[in-house]
Amino acid sequence: MAFEGLADRLQSTLQRIRGKGKVTEADVKEMMREVRLALLEADVNFRVVKDFIKKVTERAVGQEVLKSLTPGQQVVKVVHDELTTLLGGEQSKLAVGTKPPTVIMMVGLQGAGKTTTTGKLANHLRKKLNRQPLLVAADIYRPAAIQQLETLGKQLSLPVFSMGDQVSPVEIATKALEKAKAEHYDYVIIDTAGRLHIDEVLMEELQQVKEIANPHEILLVVDSMTGQDAVNVAESFNEKLGVTGVVLTKLDGDTRGGAALSIKAVTNLPIKFAGMGEKMDALEPFHPDRMSSRILGMGDVLTLIEKAQTTVDEEKAKELQKKMRDMSFTFDDFLEQMGQVRNLGPLDQLLGMMPGAGKMKGLKNVSIDEKQISHVEAIIKSMTKLEREQPEIISASRKRRIANGSGRTVQEVNRLIKQFEDMKKMMKQMSGMMKGKKKGGFKFPFM
Amino acid sequence: MSFLKRLKEKFTAQTDAVTEKFKTGLEKTRNSFSTKVNDLVKRYRKVDEEFFEELEEILISADVGVHTVMELIDQLKDIARTRNIQDTMELKSAISETLAAMLRKDDEEGALALQNGQMTVILVVGVNGVGKTTTIGKLAHQLKQQGKSVLLAAGDTFRAGAIDQLEVWGERAGVDVIKHQEGADPAAVIFDSVKAAKSRGVDVLLCDTAGRLQNKVNLMNELEKVKRVIEREVPGAPHEVLLVVDATTGQNAMSQAKIFSQATNVTGLVLTKLDGTAKGGIVLGIRHELDIPVKFVGLGEKIDDLQAFDPEQFVYGLFMNMEEEEAE
Repeated sequence: MAFEGLADRLQSTLQRIRGKGKVTEADVKEMMREVRLALLEADVNFRVVKDFIKKVTERAVGQEVLKSLTPGQQVVKVVHDELTTLLGGEQSKLAVGTKPPTVIMMVGLQGAGKTTTTGKLANHLRKKLNRQPLLVAADIYRPAAIQQLETLGKQLSLPVFSMGDQVSPVEIATKALEKAKAEHYDYVIIDTAGRLHIDEVLMEELQQVKEIANPHEILLVVDSMTGQDAVNVAESFNEKLGVTGVVLTKLDGDTRGGAALSIKAVTNLPIKFAGMGEKMDALEPFHPDRMSSRILGMGDVLTLIEKAQTTVDEEKAKELQKKMRDMSFTFDDFLEQMGQVRNLGPLDQLLGMMPGAGKMKGLKNVSIDEKQISHVEAIIKSMTKLEREQPEIISASRKRRIANGSGRTVQEVNRLIKQFEDMKKMMKQMSGMMKGKKKGGFKFPFM
Repeated sequence: MSFLKRLKEKFTAQTDAVTEKFKTGLEKTRNSFSTKVNDLVKRYRKVDEEFFEELEEILISADVGVHTVMELIDQLKDIARTRNIQDTMELKSAISETLAAMLRKDDEEGALALQNGQMTVILVVGVNGVGKTTTIGKLAHQLKQQGKSVLLAAGDTFRAGAIDQLEVWGERAGVDVIKHQEGADPAAVIFDSVKAAKSRGVDVLLCDTAGRLQNKVNLMNELEKVKRVIEREVPGAPHEVLLVVDATTGQNAMSQAKIFSQATNVTGLVLTKLDGTAKGGIVLGIRHELDIPVKFVGLGEKIDDLQAFDPEQFVYGLFMNMEEEEAE
């Protein structure tokens, strides 16, 4: 869960002040020392930290906090506001060319995740925006980089343009653009080789590709675990190429991700996407405001809701609510619910987005076993249609058959049936409670 | 036609002296770091709070890590007090001494623990994109040059193209690769590789693994399983577990070292991409807190761009400019 470390630090610092009725200047100073340490430990560039602390201290010591009735909360607000500003204010979207194809060039250091991000971005354009992207394999240096992109293309059923590794990237880009124009692709995404920002020969090659391809977006892919050097990398790439945006990768790790703040603050480049996992749909638009809430441990409910909306079918949800009310909820519905929740993404990530989940001790290091969910699925799928609709008919011999069919034990089958019945009871109580309240606001019956 | 030149460079053996390579590889690091220290020493004539504050910043900007930096600064303050050093020039050598001491310790474990008359199994682990496969390719080449017979195990069955990538390195180094399909169970690949290595009687088996973020519990369990398979098949193995760390990584490298050690008992680090401007200062903290030595450094993309880590040389490289100016 990204940024959790920073959130923890700030939270424990702020906790001490939160209880106080009045904040003195000394309090603010002490708190800022903690904030500074936390930010440095989070790999925020020390120059950025300095500026940040200065700004926040000014505001905190000034009228705003000292006169406030709830100074503790006011400090949280000040820190949060400044963090949000630092992270980039509003969310920034992908540029679109006036005439297709829109050309996107991916650049960055070795191992930042350019090829994976190229695949994810193409998937995003195809699935979310319903556009036709052409992937271009222009990394001719790293062994098997072209195969990697081709494999991803196959997985996503998207076309990959490649000419092998004996042709210059400039020529590859030229030919790819010709093809894209002739065949009316909406987007061209050029995957370039990873290179050091100080490698002049290779940086020049990128400039040549840029000249030929005339990209609408040059996205710098940055590993979110990058340390103090993130600033140098971003500055150099930006200086030489005129980068238009940043993609932050590996944010599903436990890094505190200070690099995000550093890059934004120093180069003022917008962070457009965040890589959140190894699966091809694990690419999310970067939301500075939400990320800043997350830094302060306020959870990331908006992302969760957005995810739910794209995966949970409104109609089905309504139907389900009705079923819950009149107790006609069956194992089939249960299965469907599970499927929808799973579509939201890996469960431990969902947990990370829930406010307060980071604070609950027991939950902190919990990893939800996705396998267990598959087991449940297997068990339900081994039931007959009738059994799924009327679980009460499941006798001992039926249980044995189900256990055999799913490769699980009879005990597990028993447990599941018991859980299912408990759930049904709970749902009845809940829907009883909800009667009279506004309808349609109940989105997560399963959670 | 710069790409052709690069390809040519890749395939022609480089004959540069080791030290020369190390020097050029560290050029950027050394320049920026020592220039800053020099600058500092010149600007502050007197050793005072402000001087230490700025030194602290320099070290932090090298990714050394706040805790380690504070310890270093405290040590230096002690030295300044006890030796009654007031001139910043005098403190300069104390700075390099203190840093070197933190990296050096008793350094018998610098080399790889190659077994005599028995197969050595080396497991290579790390997060995504640090350069595990590349490091294995370079290491295979190096061992081959030393006259060892080497076999590679394509244990990264997850990432698209990873097996192909290892095969290219295998060809370049002239060693065989044992592989399964993409998506196969990595433990099974490693099992087969160990069997093959045994029957062929090779000297060294290098096992590649998929990159994984250390907070993914399931993937770390998978890695433990891979290690158990090796332990079961070859008593005493794996003889080395190398954690590959990207020099551009910040404080998260500490978490990587901690958690990978819990899962696989890491015996050494490989610090890659040190030819950039990143300083890899986190190595100090890892050595200091977890006592894991750096065994190799990656200084480029060519097959012989992997060098044994020499703490002396590393620190010397960092401070070379300083020493020279002092001598003048």
